[in-house]
Amino acid sequence: MTNLTAGALSPKEAIDRVAATLRRRRSAEFRFRFWGQAAIGLALGFLVLLFGAIFSNGIPGLFQHYVVLDVELNKQRLDPQGDMSVNSLYAGDAEALIREGLLAALDNPTGRSNTRAARGIISSGSAQRLVDFVYANPDLMGQTVPVKFALDDDIDSFLRGFIDRNTPEADRRINDTVIQFVDKLMASERVSYEVSDYLFFGSASRDAEMAGIRGAFIGSILTLFICVLISFPLGVATAVYLEEIAPKNRFTEIIEININNLAAVPSVVFGIMGLAVFIVLFGMPRSIPLVGGIVLALMTLPTIIISSRAAIRSVPPSIRDAALGVGASKMQTIFHHVIPLAMPGMLTGTIIGMAQALGETAPLLMIGMVAFIVDVPGGVMDPGTVLPVQIFMWADFAERMFVQKTSAAIIVLLAFLIVMNASAIWLRKKLERRW
Amino acid sequence: MSMSSLALIVLVIGAGYFYLAQRAVLLLRSTGQHRLHSLPHYYGYWAAAVAVLPALLLLLILSIADDIVFKIMVRDFYPPDQQNLDSVSEAIVLAKIMNVVKGIQFGSPDAWVIAAGEAWIQWTETSRQLISVIVIGVSLLGGLFAYRKVSPEFRSRNAVERIILWVLGLSSTVAILTTIGIVLSVLFESIRFFKLVPPTEFIFGLTWNPQFEGAERAGSGQMGLATYGMVPLFVGTLLISVVALTVAVPVGLFAAIYLAEYANNTVRGVVKPLLEILAGVPTVVYGFFAALTVAPLVRGAGESIGLTVASESAMAAGLVMGVMIIPFVSSLSDDVINAVPQSLRDAAYGLGSTKSETVRQVILPAALPGIVAAVILAVSRAIGETMIVVMAAGLAANLSFNPLDAVTTVTSQIVTILVGDQEFESAKTLAAFALALMLIIITLGLNFFALQIVKKYREQYD
Repeated sequence: MTNLTAGALSPKEAIDRVAATLRRRRSAEFRFRFWGQAAIGLALGFLVLLFGAIFSNGIPGLFQHYVVLDVELNKQRLDPQGDMSVNSLYAGDAEALIREGLLAALDNPTGRSNTRAARGIISSGSAQRLVDFVYANPDLMGQTVPVKFALDDDIDSFLRGFIDRNTPEADRRINDTVIQFVDKLMASERVSYEVSDYLFFGSASRDAEMAGIRGAFIGSILTLFICVLISFPLGVATAVYLEEIAPKNRFTEIIEININNLAAVPSVVFGIMGLAVFIVLFGMPRSIPLVGGIVLALMTLPTIIISSRAAIRSVPPSIRDAALGVGASKMQTIFHHVIPLAMPGMLTGTIIGMAQALGETAPLLMIGMVAFIVDVPGGVMDPGTVLPVQIFMWADFAERMFVQKTSAAIIVLLAFLIVMNASAIWLRKKLERRW
Repeated sequence: MSMSSLALIVLVIGAGYFYLAQRAVLLLRSTGQHRLHSLPHYYGYWAAAVAVLPALLLLLILSIADDIVFKIMVRDFYPPDQQNLDSVSEAIVLAKIMNVVKGIQFGSPDAWVIAAGEAWIQWTETSRQLISVIVIGVSLLGGLFAYRKVSPEFRSRNAVERIILWVLGLSSTVAILTTIGIVLSVLFESIRFFKLVPPTEFIFGLTWNPQFEGAERAGSGQMGLATYGMVPLFVGTLLISVVALTVAVPVGLFAAIYLAEYANNTVRGVVKPLLEILAGVPTVVYGFFAALTVAPLVRGAGESIGLTVASESAMAAGLVMGVMIIPFVSSLSDDVINAVPQSLRDAAYGLGSTKSETVRQVILPAALPGIVAAVILAVSRAIGETMIVVMAAGLAANLSFNPLDAVTTVTSQIVTILVGDQEFESAKTLAAFALALMLIIITLGLNFFALQIVKKYREQYD
């Protein structure tokens, strides 16, 4: 286009030339727009697929089948020492009483294969459940009362339709006699399908019908507690130091580069550091929420520092000048004005960091929080596990029912996360000021 | 006394000194003869800080140090023939002694092991008492010292502020300490690994077959030689990352372009938070989703067109990882696209270009450095991602470029080696640290690279 006169077009020629390309350009525009929409559709489609898969398995996983049996709470057999102590109750013969109740409900079938089939119908944790029930209701002793027991996980999956009664008996996990018994229980309306109390109040177990997340949930809370206890003060102190106090020199530059680098280090590396430093070098025990919390705190520290610094920076300088002007010292300005005003932003950053820590699995695997621990941790020095690690362990179990249990645990974890993120958003909306 | 109750006692002492010091200056002030330099509570804070802070720091250091000291002291118990042990056998001996300490009977240990164990129990008892005495003593004496210094002329506010300044400064060094901890812990073990396995073999070796020493190679009946060549792991990592990026980059980029240039506010307000949800889902959930839903889907789809697909294919793990990274790419690109000044768009529209022409010929070139940096950061995320590959990618160290094969990755090998009980001294365990070293070098290198690109090619429009 250097020589305008030679290459110049008349207005009509120019219009024709543009018009000739318009169709192509419009359809290119349409295609481009379509690709944009398709990309968003695809991303949201993935989201729907993800949540669909989790919820379609997880919602049923929140429930399980129970059977109500009339159990004779025979004082002598349940409580041989007669003092209602836990020891005495565990020495008692709760199992036989439940078996009698079950056989009665099945119209007392005879023969060893029949009784064995009947025994497999209810969960192996039923005796424990009866002991707990009696311990909680001592005044019912001596009566025959209806008590609710969980069905075995194979029966549960049969009732959910995962085991087809039309497959040949040899290929089924449960035999014809059992199916017959279950049908009888169903017909007498003893079987109910309700919210699983084992899921929320049970602890780790290899039996799908008894496995629960209570231990992991408490472990998660203890770990997060340690994490926030360490990372919040440290993060805020670092942010205040870097934004308000530190001179701009080599040292602070190194700190800043460090923080940015830490934010980029893969989480599994923090776990390796925790293993090498806290467990091997310092000799701290494995699997405890204390070490887990420390490792997660170091991991979330960059998130908290970065958001706290942004919050401090958003406090206008006029506030500081005003405070200094009426004679406050530098520290008084910071502690009486800057930090309170930046607090909503700092808290939001901390909650987001905690949400990140709550979902983290890999570093905790490194420090041994993956052990199979039945007891609920009573403190930060007791071995325990956390929700994501529990999910990871359950995902490895092959039984069909564990898929549902895992998905149900994921729903609980997601609910926990949503509550945290929602509170962060609420906090930001409610407290943050625009200057 | 346990550490927490000791800390509590120290805090109570601190509160006591706070009260004493504040009361002392208030009494002085009430006589009307003295003017205080600072507000009364600063005198309290001063005394409390001097009573509490050194004592707590000491408590922390002593509780960490005692185990390390014991480990050195216990060497005196070793019989002469075991005086100069290498680190491997030393760890075994220590484990034996610790069993005695914990009261675990494992066969019949040697007499000297029992003696060492009993001495250890003795030491823990003594050290616990010693620590209690020292910490409480330091707290009381420190408080007393501070309390004695309290006088109306004492500049307590300045003193307290100096203490706060130090506390804040020390807090900010935690980030450095963490980095040092990471680097040293990984580096030391890696150096020990490279003494057993030459670095060239590790970096260029084509077979990854880690085994505990003397383990029989499965099924062959002969003692297998462990081989540590990391090439298959890095190829596997790369393969999965490539699959992930093929999903995440186009989807994330187009989503960002659409949201920034086409969508109205309502659509943006709905879609953006929904995309953010994808970033907030824990990786273990993605891993479960990959193994449970996506892997069978990929396998089914592949087999319906006659391909053989491994049940734990790189494809499934990569696809899900791609989904995880979408919001990462889209939000970074969104920032970059929004940073392109409006005047450039207006100029392009003024010349008669359509929206898509503006995006392709003006906005994308202007935003390119930022987008490239975003993609590099996404790569570094994909390489460091752990749970998805642990749960969905399997452990077979195949050297393969076919995304339908099963491959394994650096992170999943690290997890597999280090989860559960490990012999801390074998080459296999140490290999995990060497892999972690490579992982750190690569991710930090990528981040540095991304930063350089942004710095070098960013257009300044103001």
